[in-house]
Amino acid sequence: MLLITCPWCGPRDEIEFTCGGEAHRARPQDPAATDDAAFADFLFMRTNPKGLQRERWCHSQGCRRWFNLERSTITHEITRIYKMGEQPEASADATSPARQGGQP
Amino acid sequence: MKQPFRTAQGGRIDRSRPVFFTFNGRQYAGHAGDTLASALLANGVHLVGRSFKYHRPRGILSAGCEEPSALVQLEKGGLTEPNMRAPVVELYDDLAATSQNAWPSVEHDIGAVNGLLSKLFVAGFYYKTFMSPKSFWMKVYEPFIRRAAGLGKAPTEGDLDIYDKMHAHCDVLVVGGGPAGLAAARAAAASGARVILIDEQNELGGALLSADELIDGNPALDWVAGIQAELLANPEVRILTRTTVTGYYDHNYLIAAQRRTDHLPRRAAGKTARQRLWKIRAARVVLATGAHERPLVFADNDRPGVMLAAAARTYANRYGALVGKKVVVFTNNDSAYEAAFDLKIAGAAIPAIVDLRPEAGQGLLERARNLGIPVIAQGAIVGVKGTKRVAGALVMRLAEAGEAFADTQPAELECDAIAMSGGWSPAVHLFSQSQGKLRFDDAKACFVPDVAAQHQASVGACNGSFELGACLAEGLDAGAAAAEAAGFPATAKLVAPVAQSRAFGTIKQTWVVPSLRPVGHGKAKHFIDFQNDVTAADVALAHREGYKHVEHLKRYTTMGMATDQGKTSNVNALGYLSTMLGTSIPEIGTTTFRAPYTPVTFGTLAGRDVGHLADPERHTPIHAWHVARGALFEDVGQWKRAWYYPRPGETMEAAVSRECRAVRESVGVLDASTLGKIDVQGQDAVTFLNLLYTSAFSKLEIGKARYALLCKEDGMVMDDGIVARVGPSRFYLTTTTGGAAKVLDWMEDYLQTEWPHLKVYLTSITEQWTVAQVAGPKARAVLEKLTDTKLDKESFPFMAVKDATVAGLKARIFRVSFTGELSFEVAVPAHQGKQLWEAIFAAGDEFGITPFGTEAMHVLRAEKGFIIVGQETDATVTPQDLGMGGMVSRLKPDFVGKRAYTRADTARVDRKQLVGLLTDEPQTVLPEGAQLVEVSDDPALTKGGTSPLPAPVPMIGHVTSSYWSPTLGRSIALALVKGGSARHGQVIMAPLTTGAVRCTITGPVFYDAEGKRANG
Repeated sequence: MLLITCPWCGPRDEIEFTCGGEAHRARPQDPAATDDAAFADFLFMRTNPKGLQRERWCHSQGCRRWFNLERSTITHEITRIYKMGEQPEASADATSPARQGGQP
Repeated sequence: MKQPFRTAQGGRIDRSRPVFFTFNGRQYAGHAGDTLASALLANGVHLVGRSFKYHRPRGILSAGCEEPSALVQLEKGGLTEPNMRAPVVELYDDLAATSQNAWPSVEHDIGAVNGLLSKLFVAGFYYKTFMSPKSFWMKVYEPFIRRAAGLGKAPTEGDLDIYDKMHAHCDVLVVGGGPAGLAAARAAAASGARVILIDEQNELGGALLSADELIDGNPALDWVAGIQAELLANPEVRILTRTTVTGYYDHNYLIAAQRRTDHLPRRAAGKTARQRLWKIRAARVVLATGAHERPLVFADNDRPGVMLAAAARTYANRYGALVGKKVVVFTNNDSAYEAAFDLKIAGAAIPAIVDLRPEAGQGLLERARNLGIPVIAQGAIVGVKGTKRVAGALVMRLAEAGEAFADTQPAELECDAIAMSGGWSPAVHLFSQSQGKLRFDDAKACFVPDVAAQHQASVGACNGSFELGACLAEGLDAGAAAAEAAGFPATAKLVAPVAQSRAFGTIKQTWVVPSLRPVGHGKAKHFIDFQNDVTAADVALAHREGYKHVEHLKRYTTMGMATDQGKTSNVNALGYLSTMLGTSIPEIGTTTFRAPYTPVTFGTLAGRDVGHLADPERHTPIHAWHVARGALFEDVGQWKRAWYYPRPGETMEAAVSRECRAVRESVGVLDASTLGKIDVQGQDAVTFLNLLYTSAFSKLEIGKARYALLCKEDGMVMDDGIVARVGPSRFYLTTTTGGAAKVLDWMEDYLQTEWPHLKVYLTSITEQWTVAQVAGPKARAVLEKLTDTKLDKESFPFMAVKDATVAGLKARIFRVSFTGELSFEVAVPAHQGKQLWEAIFAAGDEFGITPFGTEAMHVLRAEKGFIIVGQETDATVTPQDLGMGGMVSRLKPDFVGKRAYTRADTARVDRKQLVGLLTDEPQTVLPEGAQLVEVSDDPALTKGGTSPLPAPVPMIGHVTSSYWSPTLGRSIALALVKGGSARHGQVIMAPLTTGAVRCTITGPVFYDAEGKRANG
């Protein structure tokens, strides 16, 4: 059970949230001008990294707001939480073997 | 009653209070403070059960939660519980326990014949012995194995007990109330941190309860009592005893099971929740979970009376129960010497300490000599006399090297118990569950914590620190450090108490003790996993057959897969495998530790979420009326929807036909309150809906509604409903009953993440409105009696929406139709719904107004070819596939799903498309889900049955909806068929097990194709 710090409500159990999958996959601005391969990539392909991944989460049993977080898919360590529309610099260490876990 | 193996004095039992209990129907006496195991031992009972596979007589191996052998069935009926470990069952008045896996009795067990057939039951026997003929598996082999091999019996009656759950948060969670854990809790609490201390035993003290150590010059238990008093006086400390932390999950989230009344007589428990599940989030965790002693693997090491040395010591010191009058001690390390000494002092004879090593630790030989205990150095027990109880040990001395013996003949030592020690395994289960990495400590011959993965520390024996002084010092340091890390710096450094320290000494890694005949030869068995009956021979066989990876070995032999999860067996198996592979244990690695640490009852996990509280039920405001009218209900999501209303003696078919006829011929009413409803407001509402739905709303007038489809980005239909414009920038949407929450979430997702610049506000109003759907040719006549609003075709056309007063209530009327008839949906605030409903029925009485349920609704809509999302669609169906291409805007530059329709796969003409099906034989109703194929005269298809199997036949579609249509007097079906919209009039067939059904493809609309009735 992850402990996720909602940017609006503070730290809450994972059970209050839903995960919306990989973040920063913008819908094509002009879908009609997007070719089949690029559109298929948008529809079906995800990076599925081993290491840090940015994800969309929604505090669905709380304030119902969507936000982004950065999580290690190896250790579940949450390294960053930021609001929609923000895009911070990448974290340096993508595959830290020993996690610190939890929230600061 | 006499307890022949009770010591003269001592122990933590209350000798003034006898406790009577029965085991296999026979009455015994023990004392308050006993466990079932200690009371049985005090009565000289060692034979407790029969083993899983071979039905070998089994006794008590341990004195703790790691017990693999002494499993009993407790109590009867709704109170019964299988696989209870006798050493952790606290004795209470009138406790009733029985042996498991034995028939007719544990003394005379017919299943013991399995022991004679043991060549059949070797490693992997499931895969070898019972392979052919194939058909025998389900009917012969599996039922036989299930009967012959097994543990306790699952209860067949409902659980009489109640359970509950608690959530807790703390700065420092200390798991384990032994010396290390107490020291940690004390140091953490001293700094002001909020501390939870959890221990699985009935009292704090851990291993100190079994020992005779001194702390600061006084008995260790005085120190325990002092710390306990100090912690109890601290309001920031919570102590949970009889509580086992069973799971360690992400971000320091731990689960503990508390046994609140299990130690009380069952009737006295009353209405107190029997067990409680604690869900704990801790800033820091200190693990002080101790260690488990390992058995030695020698010939017939499973005989009742063979047990762990520390357990024998615990029974003597803590419970005043001797495991035997003459106890041979067999060890590969120093710790068993303490057991030998204490047993001797408690009154048992010790014929010998048999030590695999050439030399014991410093001072031990002298103490043995002073107590008159002979020590056989470099000795081995090579055999055990006795079957249901140890009668003697066969001992030989080993040669300097290898597996050779120095003696030619074994010497027999008469004894009635053997206390063994194969070393210690730190209880690293929780550490490992938390994703911590282990390392093998070769000097101590055990896995110890290496790299922690969470905010946590391991202290004491679970960290490989077996000496008391080290336990206390580590505990204090870790407790203070944990509190400081959680924001509570220590005010003063606590001084570690002085404890007499016994060095851990050396250990000889002898994973299988040499015996007279090699492993796998002769009658003797060398058990590694006592609960799953896995022997050294099984591991050797698995190795010979090529199972060299530990995870493969585990699954092939089932080693470590019993309810004890191999607490006493895993390291021995790894060690033996490593000697066969000629590698080291670290190279082999260990298997994964999984939650729960010890078994947890389903009742505890379920808590109060059982019966009608298992899942919420949603009722409409009309629910009680439906119940009073005898409605049967259908679950739609969490909603209870009226399914149909049978009259006394009426079949479902008759009731549904009657309800359908009422709607087609006069008037019926459906409770449509469960449909999802979303209020959309804001200056960009039109833009937003245009981006989401496939159709355009810019031109939708206020007071008009439109049926519309929602698709996902891949173009597949996701939900459908009505979009009604009720203001310049305000819309009222409906969704399917089951899709309401999903659609709202999905809309919010787009609003917040793709188009946050749009000023739109979404509100769920599903439960704010009660909706009565009044349908049928007389619908207008009924409602005209209740409202002044003009309902004629010109004033209130099809798809119009108006605010009105109905039956004196402020209402909104939608002229929409899902039945194909003239139909008005009247919505009023939920609390007035019942009033509206009753007014409609009073007004409709003269027309024979009839309530209809979801089944009739399904039939009526299928006659009209209207789809139900999730029935006609399955996330692979586009609007075009449904023949609804006209609802997909070509003019809008963008909406969710639009781009997908030009992808090659969605643009194919041979996609499965919605069609109607009419069976050649009108009485035949196709089953929903039936597969559809081209017409064939292959008898394998046309004659039905399952044999002979037909050659592979391409499936061209399937039936999505199928009903008897009372209106048409024949069966109808909807189906998705490859290229179906171009195949109207063609014949295909549904091959059923009862024979093939031929049917003709038609359009999906069977009734009133022009739509005159709904428009009328």
